[in-house]
Amino acid sequence: MGGKQDPTANGSPKSESMGAKKASPDLLNSSFSFKSLKLKTKQQELLLRVSILGLVYVLAFIARLFSVLRYESMIHEFDPYFNYRTTLYLTEKGFYEFWNWFDSESWYPLGRIIGGTLYPGLMVTAALIYWTLRFLRFFVHIREVCVLTAPFFASNTTIVAYFFGKEIWDTGAGLVAAALIAICPGYISRSVAGSYDNEAVAIFALLLTFYLFVKAVKTGSLSWALGSAFGYFYMVSAWGGYVFIINLVPLYVLVLLITGRYSMRLYVAYNCMYILGMLLAMQIRFVGFQHVQSGEHMGAMGVFLLMQVFYFLDWVKYQLNDTKLFQTFLRITVTSAILVGGIALGVGTASGYISPWTGRFYSLLDPTYAKDHIPIIASVSEHQPTAWSSFMFDYHILLFLFPAGLYFCFKRLSDATIFIVMYGLTSLYFAGVMVRLILVATPAVCLISAIAVSATVKNLTSLLRTKQKVPQTGSTKGVGSSKSSSKVTLDQSQPFQKNGAIALLVGVFYLLSRYAIHCTWVTSEAYSSPSIVLAARGAHGNRIIFDDYREAYYWLRQNTPTDAKVMSWWDYGYQITAMGNRTVIVDNNTWNNTHIATVGRAMSSYEDEAYDIMRSLDVNYVLVVFGGVTGYSSDDINKFLWMVRIGGGVYPVIKEPDYLVNGEFRVDKGASPKMLNCLMYKLCYYRFGELVTEYGKPTGYDRARGVEIGNKDIKLEHLEEAYTTSNWIVRIYRVKPPTNRL
Amino acid sequence: VANMMNLSRSVALISLFLLPLLSFSFSVDNPTDRRVLVLLDDLSLKSSHSIFFSTLKSRGFDLDFKLAEDSKLALQRYGQYLYDGLIIFAPSTERFGGSLDSKSIADFVDSGRDLILSADTSASDLIRGIALECGVDFDEDSSAMVIDHSSFSVSDVDGDHTLIAADDLVKSHAILGKTKIEAPVLFRGVAHSLNPTNNLVLKVLSASPSAYSANPSSKLSSPPQLTGSAISLVSVMQARNNARVVISGSLQLFSDKLFRSGVQKAGSPNKYEKSGNEQFATELSKWVFHERGHLKAGSLVHHRVGETDEPAIYRIKDDLEFSVEILEWSGKSWEPYVADDVQVQFYMMSPYVLKTLSTDKKGLFHTSFKVPDVYGVFQFKVEYEKLGYTTLSLSKQIPVRPYRHNEYERFIPTAYPYYGACFTTMAGFFVFSFVYLYHK
Repeated sequence: MGGKQDPTANGSPKSESMGAKKASPDLLNSSFSFKSLKLKTKQQELLLRVSILGLVYVLAFIARLFSVLRYESMIHEFDPYFNYRTTLYLTEKGFYEFWNWFDSESWYPLGRIIGGTLYPGLMVTAALIYWTLRFLRFFVHIREVCVLTAPFFASNTTIVAYFFGKEIWDTGAGLVAAALIAICPGYISRSVAGSYDNEAVAIFALLLTFYLFVKAVKTGSLSWALGSAFGYFYMVSAWGGYVFIINLVPLYVLVLLITGRYSMRLYVAYNCMYILGMLLAMQIRFVGFQHVQSGEHMGAMGVFLLMQVFYFLDWVKYQLNDTKLFQTFLRITVTSAILVGGIALGVGTASGYISPWTGRFYSLLDPTYAKDHIPIIASVSEHQPTAWSSFMFDYHILLFLFPAGLYFCFKRLSDATIFIVMYGLTSLYFAGVMVRLILVATPAVCLISAIAVSATVKNLTSLLRTKQKVPQTGSTKGVGSSKSSSKVTLDQSQPFQKNGAIALLVGVFYLLSRYAIHCTWVTSEAYSSPSIVLAARGAHGNRIIFDDYREAYYWLRQNTPTDAKVMSWWDYGYQITAMGNRTVIVDNNTWNNTHIATVGRAMSSYEDEAYDIMRSLDVNYVLVVFGGVTGYSSDDINKFLWMVRIGGGVYPVIKEPDYLVNGEFRVDKGASPKMLNCLMYKLCYYRFGELVTEYGKPTGYDRARGVEIGNKDIKLEHLEEAYTTSNWIVRIYRVKPPTNRL
Repeated sequence: VANMMNLSRSVALISLFLLPLLSFSFSVDNPTDRRVLVLLDDLSLKSSHSIFFSTLKSRGFDLDFKLAEDSKLALQRYGQYLYDGLIIFAPSTERFGGSLDSKSIADFVDSGRDLILSADTSASDLIRGIALECGVDFDEDSSAMVIDHSSFSVSDVDGDHTLIAADDLVKSHAILGKTKIEAPVLFRGVAHSLNPTNNLVLKVLSASPSAYSANPSSKLSSPPQLTGSAISLVSVMQARNNARVVISGSLQLFSDKLFRSGVQKAGSPNKYEKSGNEQFATELSKWVFHERGHLKAGSLVHHRVGETDEPAIYRIKDDLEFSVEILEWSGKSWEPYVADDVQVQFYMMSPYVLKTLSTDKKGLFHTSFKVPDVYGVFQFKVEYEKLGYTTLSLSKQIPVRPYRHNEYERFIPTAYPYYGACFTTMAGFFVFSFVYLYHK
């Protein structure tokens, strides 16, 4: 058996990538049969490669299971709850009901067309996995599928990273890239078990699209381009970050055109990918006609047209055979093409056919834009500019290896390396603008760092090897010219070089092992908490679990009328609908700024003004999150200034300075009178003035802010306390009906 | 002592037997009150106001006279109210006996039961407090009375013009009956004003523009605080739960003396044999005890045109039919309510559709309309607030969804050129490929 397979495994190096997967089971068989125990070098390498990849695949999965082991199999954070709710709906009611779902439980009374306002890729993926498992008679609950979707796709990403690395450098770099990306904290932060969010599958789709496109450019093959278009379609269906692809790819093409690397391969790859990708993307309801109508997608179209002009000029040049005539023709064509394009863009924008760039896009290009213009984008913590420390935290040694990798890329410039360099540089810029985009940059950083590691290690080991078996090393093709140049210098100072190489190798392995330790530590400490269940260390080092959120949501589910409307800040909207099964006024899909501003206004008004707003929205319950007892800092009081800002952005009666004292936000005695009497303050601190939270401190000592509150005697007129969770983290109030006699 | 225990035990036993019977007396099916507690500060009022009480009795009310200081006073026992209505003719009582206080009276009203409260000059703080709960402010000066030098009654013998012949009545058949009250109503008592923020309370009998509130026996040292038509003599309040309250500034208004006396308004040639007091008091008591002006609505019924079942969700541009049944209590039975001003709103933050319902004179109000081209969670709302009638406030939530993906028109005529272009391109491409590949 094994012997028969040998020729194919030893076949042309090009088909190696395809053959690797197919050959693996047979190779495993052959390793068991003792006759063929002695494998050829090539077979050995393949076996090694496959087993390393297999281990990496498993590693990527299990490294993400900390939260399941530590807490339970549950969905994390905020958005995943919406994704889970929609997936549940999809599996219960089928695709068409999901596609046409009008959700009357969120954004009361406006409602939300779920099918038309989400990226269905994630839900459909999970549902397909679920249905496949059901078909195979594995009767799992859909929640388990949702929880494990992210780790599963992270594992798949490592495989793609391997092939991508192999494509841009060599198999060694591919293996290193797969290993690096498997445990890179920047990626783990969004793909641990339970973080059932769009990014979980999107990074896989992103990398796959890029890989297939680079492959298409390299081969000029229509089928790879088609594959890349389908990868793009999957990406569009999964995440709004597809805009990055549709801008990076044209930019890359443009750079190739400028640097004179235009080729027929590029023409085929880009045109096929763009046209088919665009047509496919239009099938997603949420994206619709944006590819031809929105400013963000115009660059791709411009490059597409430029490509045709290039091709046309090429043809004319070929036909004319006269340089001078061609120069004139070129000038006229380019001028008129730019003119026509400019006019078309101007007319389109002016007539409103082409929509201008969205706020999110602007805030990416100009980090200060959101702060000045769109508080709702700036208020989200994951949209903040990235701190240096979080780069260090998420990338660790990759931060140093990245420039080294860039050096190697520039040293061996090709279409593929240009792509990865551009991907790395642009995404790293965006990662600096927004914390959450570190995720997009992670694959590029891993790949480029992998090149650095692989190339260095390869150079160093070849230094060590040359002495022992000089004739053998030349055989493999991948080593390239850099090795042969080092071989010349080798002869002069061999002992010193050899020791240096050993020292450096040890250094590299030390760094890599530190990286592995760091990644494990970060994953376990920082990225595996579900944030719906909070954990703290007690005085004796024991773990204390605060399960207040779920307690509150189940209280809502059990104790309120089914058509009750709950008002809360938008952060908790998805969780309330998913776990409490009650209608909410606003949720994390921040599509209607006015509606959110109305809630912000209600929270920052006096109680009687707020009561009118709540009555107009038919609010029955108000939910606030309060950390004063536990010291939980991301509560509503700390988010309160954003409510004021967002409310004030639409309703100018709400003014931020009214809530500040000398530009300072305080809740103690020195706080402004408006702050001390606004609804949010009252709801958070109601009855808090009687409570002793910490030994040796006065009553009403707020542990989250470390102060004694300024208004301890809070009376509620139109609301009454309905429920407060055991650690006071969630407080629910009932809105009273209007008084009978007034 | 043993005897007393026995007695109380037997009382408890009797009331235990009576309780199921009693609880029948007030129900939604029969909104008219039956058992009325009358609190007096002097039992002589029973005879001095006998006409008013006897008219009530003759209409079937079960009056239970008690002294306001009676130490056994209680409105409820074992959580059940013992009375459907309460008449407080005890203006000078500082403290009720038993468990009664202003809060328990407010609770009595909040439970949907009715109250007639009459103050008088030198009304106690307790009575003022109850009135304040109902949105009525009596003049703070306890010796002040309403004085009117132009529309007093000529029979006013004291000459201080405190017996007023008032004829500024609210125009509402529901409150004062269909027969017009011709003769002026005689009034001697304290003025009150209405809380401007309270829109449930309204004047039934207002003073004339020349009236003012002051102490008649002393000289005016400063301008009076309450003047003119801001003064209300008798007011009514209908709470949100349709409990009704009458507040009068004069206890004499209900007295036999004023019921029987003739009246002539100063400066007016018309002389009446009998004042309007009896008719006014009787009609007002009919209103306050729900013998009139009480409406009842069935549930809101809606469905698509041509269907009968209520859908869980509507689609935009659906045609729907809406109906609601409204009945009026005639004092004896439920009669169909007939009106041409009942409206329904199709409401989402603001009314998208506002339609006046047409009635079939059998109590069924209906209309039909098209769902607006807006999706969201709508409400059918019937907010019927007519002077003197119970407020009807009904709403029913219904979501409205947009078109499904397969509910749009499949082929649009204006798009035929594009369909044509599409298919010709496809055909052209096929031909081109064929020619290109197999040419030569």
